[in-house]
Amino acid sequence: MAEHVVSRKTYIVVWIALMALMVLTAGLSRIDLGEWSTVVAMAIAVIKALLVILFFMHVRYEDQKITWVVVIAGFFWLGILLALSMTDYLSRGYLGVAGH
Amino acid sequence: MATIAAPAVERENYLNTDFRVRSWLLTTDHKRIGILYLLSITAMFFVGGFAATMIRLELLTPAGDLMSSDTYNKMFTIHGIVMVFFFLIPSIPATLGNFLVPMMIGARDLAFPKINLASWYMYITGAGLMMYVVLTGGVDTGWTFYVPFSSTYSNTHVIAAVVAIFIAGFSSIFTGFNFIVTIHRMRAPGMTWSRLPLFIWSHYATSVIMVLGTPVVAIALTLVALERAFHMGIFDPRLGGDPLLFQHLFWFYSHPAVYIMILPSMAVVSEVVSTFSRKRVFGYAAVALASIAIAVLGFLVWAHHMFVAGISAYAALVFSLLSYFVAVPSAIKVFNWMATMYKGSVSLATPMLYAMGFIGLFTMGGMTGLYLAALGIDVHVHDTYFVIAHFHYIMVGGAVMGYLAGIHFWWPKISGRMYPEAWGKIAAATIFIGFNLTFFPQFVLGYLGMPRRYHAYPPEFQVLNVMSTAGASILAVGYVLPLIYLLWSLRYGEVAPDNPWAATGLEWRTPSPPPTENFPETPVVTWEAYDYSSVAEVPVAR
Repeated sequence: MAEHVVSRKTYIVVWIALMALMVLTAGLSRIDLGEWSTVVAMAIAVIKALLVILFFMHVRYEDQKITWVVVIAGFFWLGILLALSMTDYLSRGYLGVAGH
Repeated sequence: MATIAAPAVERENYLNTDFRVRSWLLTTDHKRIGILYLLSITAMFFVGGFAATMIRLELLTPAGDLMSSDTYNKMFTIHGIVMVFFFLIPSIPATLGNFLVPMMIGARDLAFPKINLASWYMYITGAGLMMYVVLTGGVDTGWTFYVPFSSTYSNTHVIAAVVAIFIAGFSSIFTGFNFIVTIHRMRAPGMTWSRLPLFIWSHYATSVIMVLGTPVVAIALTLVALERAFHMGIFDPRLGGDPLLFQHLFWFYSHPAVYIMILPSMAVVSEVVSTFSRKRVFGYAAVALASIAIAVLGFLVWAHHMFVAGISAYAALVFSLLSYFVAVPSAIKVFNWMATMYKGSVSLATPMLYAMGFIGLFTMGGMTGLYLAALGIDVHVHDTYFVIAHFHYIMVGGAVMGYLAGIHFWWPKISGRMYPEAWGKIAAATIFIGFNLTFFPQFVLGYLGMPRRYHAYPPEFQVLNVMSTAGASILAVGYVLPLIYLLWSLRYGEVAPDNPWAATGLEWRTPSPPPTENFPETPVVTWEAYDYSSVAEVPVAR
């Protein structure tokens, strides 16, 4: 399979977007959004990660299914880490801590 | 076999093609890299073994009289770190896996030979740094690096040790994705997924764990280093952190790491049991998929290490239940190996002795794992010698027995020489007896309440501890024996035929030792896995 050639312009646009999002993150950290602070910060982080994966890591131009399997598996495993850790953190209030 | 004389002109193979040191240190041949790993992990095994010897000597008497408690802490930490990260994790995948994965699927090398070499250099760099830590005062946190001790209170080389593990982790990731890509892309014509040897299926599952799990432990340990050096508030509640977060992140990798150790051993056992029963593995598809199931389920159970650490009762319930699930694919494998032997033409050559030892000891390790997954029992035996005995039955009785089975089974292919069969059997029996005498008393000790990680204990525990130390001495003899006779066989062993066991794998259908390119021409596979009618030869060395 031939390498997909990505124009320099695309890279520069993505880079500018990443920088803008970074400024946005830094700016929003100075404003108190209450419990939404974390949600907004994480949402921006996810967008940045997607930009890097899709453009800089060329996943967007990859037409082989196996590449997508690898990418999705990576995220699925991250999901396992977060979801099962949360079974602990989110339930500490309503069933108590073992031994206490 | 006595009638076969050594050929007058030795065939060119991967060993005699070039003798210069440079040709080894810059090699991209997966077989030579396997040998480099074999030498390195053997050295590390004896470093870890030395620490184990010191631990057992200290525990010979109830008083802490041989070394101070601080030195003892360093000894069990060194033992744990070296054995887990620098011996067991790379043991089978990086040596036998490196050697055999391309050969078994009919490829000339791994998909990324240079990255394979880089993985060895990563390993050596990590191991070298770890040895520096050992020689300059050690580290005393236990191999688990629990915070806040590791991040705040320990005065030893914590940062250097975690950096060493971080670096060695890359060697593991490199090996893992190399195997995944190789198995997907480089199978010989006719080598379909359903014809893959079970060795390959297990190594595929192992590779998935290596690639998906290792980054998490690397980051967890990096965060410890960052908190220690720069007081970043990750785990310290005073800085807004959560100490249990470290345990979650650490065990997310370090529990599946047990499956990195045991799955490759299961890979070896599947090959050995089939070959020495002269039967196709019973329920091939079930055994293959059980490997994948273990890899996936292994990621869902980690918090069973944390039942008494303060996780919520609900989380404990969930993880206890999930932990039981892993027993299912493990049991499928054990029962299917038994069914393979049933009505087979079983011969008790050395690799088969180790494989049968594996099956028995792994079963005991696995069953006691179910005790530990039960919430009530875990509270009683947590952090006692019961846990020590349990995981040594898995890691030594399971993983190391499988490793030795594999080393003996493929020794003729790797070295071109037969090992001395009688000595092989004596060593296997010595290891089995020594192992059980070492670790069975520890189940009893733990159940009676002896905690782990103390250098002194109440006098009533002495008899069992003496038994354990005596067993460890026998075990040590058992480990030194193969080292001696395998080295002896390199010069004096009988010249090995291409397929001494009349096994079916592609690696046996090429010369011993193999040429650098593995196969003179690309093999075409027309038979199913473990089809013994596809090999004409009668086994000669049994």
